[in-house]
Amino acid sequence: MSPLQIQQGTSKHSAYDLRSHLSETLERHTLAVVVDNEAGVLARTIGLFSGRGYNIESLTVAEIDHEGHRSRITIVTTGTPQVIEQIKAQLERMVPVHEVHDLTVEGPSVERELALIKVCASGEKRVEALRLADIFRAKVVDTSLSSFVFEITGTPEKVDAFADLMRPLGLTEVARTGVAALSRGPAAL
Amino acid sequence: MTQMSGAKMVVQALKDQGVEVVFGYPGGAVLPIYDEIFQQEEIQHILVRHEQGAVHAAEGYARSTGKPGVALVTSGPGATNAVTGLTDALMDSIPIIVLSGQVPTFMIGNDAFQEADTVGITRPCTKHNWLVKDTQDLSNVIHQAFHVATSGRPGPVLVDIPKDVQFATADYTPKTRARTQHYQPRVKGDIDQITRMVELMETAERPIFYTGGGVINSGTAASQLLREFVSATGFPITSTLMGLGAYPASGENWLGMLGMHGLYEANLAMHGCDLMINIGARFDDRITGRVQDFSPNSAKVHIDIDPSSINKVIHADVPIIGDVGHVLEDALKIWKARGRKTNTGALPKWWAQIQEWRNIRCLDYKNSETVIKPQYALQRLEALTKDHDRYICTEVGQHQMWAAQYLGFESPNRWMTSGGLGTMGYGIPASIGTQVAHPDALVINVAGEASWLMNMQEMGTAMQFNLPVKQFILNNERLGMVRQWQQLLHGERYSQSWSEALPDFVKLAEAFGAKGILCSDPADLDDAIMEMLNYDGPVIFDCLVEKHENCFPMIPSGKAHNEMLLGDATVDGAIGVSGAVLV
Repeated sequence: MSPLQIQQGTSKHSAYDLRSHLSETLERHTLAVVVDNEAGVLARTIGLFSGRGYNIESLTVAEIDHEGHRSRITIVTTGTPQVIEQIKAQLERMVPVHEVHDLTVEGPSVERELALIKVCASGEKRVEALRLADIFRAKVVDTSLSSFVFEITGTPEKVDAFADLMRPLGLTEVARTGVAALSRGPAAL
Repeated sequence: MTQMSGAKMVVQALKDQGVEVVFGYPGGAVLPIYDEIFQQEEIQHILVRHEQGAVHAAEGYARSTGKPGVALVTSGPGATNAVTGLTDALMDSIPIIVLSGQVPTFMIGNDAFQEADTVGITRPCTKHNWLVKDTQDLSNVIHQAFHVATSGRPGPVLVDIPKDVQFATADYTPKTRARTQHYQPRVKGDIDQITRMVELMETAERPIFYTGGGVINSGTAASQLLREFVSATGFPITSTLMGLGAYPASGENWLGMLGMHGLYEANLAMHGCDLMINIGARFDDRITGRVQDFSPNSAKVHIDIDPSSINKVIHADVPIIGDVGHVLEDALKIWKARGRKTNTGALPKWWAQIQEWRNIRCLDYKNSETVIKPQYALQRLEALTKDHDRYICTEVGQHQMWAAQYLGFESPNRWMTSGGLGTMGYGIPASIGTQVAHPDALVINVAGEASWLMNMQEMGTAMQFNLPVKQFILNNERLGMVRQWQQLLHGERYSQSWSEALPDFVKLAEAFGAKGILCSDPADLDDAIMEMLNYDGPVIFDCLVEKHENCFPMIPSGKAHNEMLLGDATVDGAIGVSGAVLV
């Protein structure tokens, strides 16, 4: 692509907002949603996505403030700019929702995911798995004479890359937490 | 703090909220609440014949008063029967509170008798719902429920109350101390955006107000402000089905309803305008037709209290999030302060164009001397009742659209119809709820025979409570709108769209103890309507009408506003392939 053919919808960190409302380009957004930790709040959120046909790529939820009964839901979703705007508006109008933040547009943010990956191998493959784990700074959290369980933390892309490398070496099982994300810098929700 | 049982708390909380009427049906899981209702006089309980009727009656009550409606149902089937009414209220933004009984907390999840996962089932069809597991929380939750139902964009809420929670005792939280802080939707619009709207209004050559149910929901003051704004600017105004009455049908700037069965002049003006001011409407698919060709050359202002309505269907050039009444007040102030300017050079040309469209006379139809045309029946009903203190309810179908076209609504809260969900069977219970709220008014349910049969058991309720509702049934022995679509889209194969084995409605009325009137001759119609109006009690009016009349004008699905059908001559191949999949 020549420098003059800047594609709309791909400029999330550009100084110019080139994202057209009517763009049909799918964008990936990470949303942080602070909710009352009450019964059914997760079902309500998921029901909104399934009922209105929105995508969920990843979803994590846990209580973050026990005293204040608050939970934080981190949702990674894809959609056109119009759909993303709808998702945020629909989330915001839910009664137990306190705040909705689109970490993808509100500034730089960090995203991390944790995965546990079981590899069953012997001989050279077993050694290679361990070597690659070292390169990826994955930890061995369980081992037997024929298997490892690795713990790896990183961006979803890094976890993907590690899992892809482990596949020919004897990957048998993967458990992933989904994405947790925070904005960079001192500002907080 | 006053200690009381959960059941007593329910009644006390309703009293604190100013509730005068509850529509309900008892059952095992709400017996303690019914016992409390028995021991008091302030709240009237209207015993319906089916829980769906209770919820629609509460909707009719709410729409005709502007106050929230309340329904009380038992667990399991009581709650599942309420689902249609809840969904109806959600689609049309009607504030209602449904209280449901539930099996005791220790039996939840055991498939107990009359157990259903009520909060699970009603989660997608309520604005919010609660399962109360501790009596200590009960009164607070009920007060929150009223707050949520009536704040922001109104809607239905449900509170599920297990039976042991009703029996247990706890402290009562009065209304003033209920926790409602965190749900406070914004009502004031952004002044900069309102100013942008006013600037556009000052220069627009072809402006139009497009108003909806949000004006009604905002309260009578909003309708007053709208009227002032329209008459001061001289702009034309059209409205959705839900917004009829906010601006009077007799007003000189009134173009009539817009949309799929809206008036030609209203739809053409929407298509041709250069400034569209959407006030409390949501660009429903019945309004827009083919979205790509919707009003292609206009700047669009969208005033809505619900941010999720903005840009959902149609991109808003000037989005204003706020309550209609508040926004209109600010807009009027700004417009006046800037010198009450409009584009006086261009507006007369716009009106001349609109007059040309009006001259088409799109509501004209071919009358008959031998058979009653449904349009004629409604014109006569309008002529003979327009000076009454009148409330109109409808069922869903052709008769509903004809009622919207041929009856004139002069004030808000006078028109109760199921818009978004299109619920057949809505009308009778809604007329009952309306009559309960306005005992001395004339309440008419304009119905089709098929819709009407869906909740006809509620005639028993009308009889029991001496509610003189007039059931005006346009009987074409067909599912008229289904039949019309089959004619337009399915090669006149009228699959299952006959109303076979219909009851004798006069005998049916008599069986309930009501009055039945049959009319089939246009010459007898006026006398028959007068007989209905003069009868002090519920009436079932069986008006036998032309069986194959189609409802026009019509924008076929998948078409744009300027592709309207005006009459039967134009229907061949009216719906294309892309329109056929739409409903």
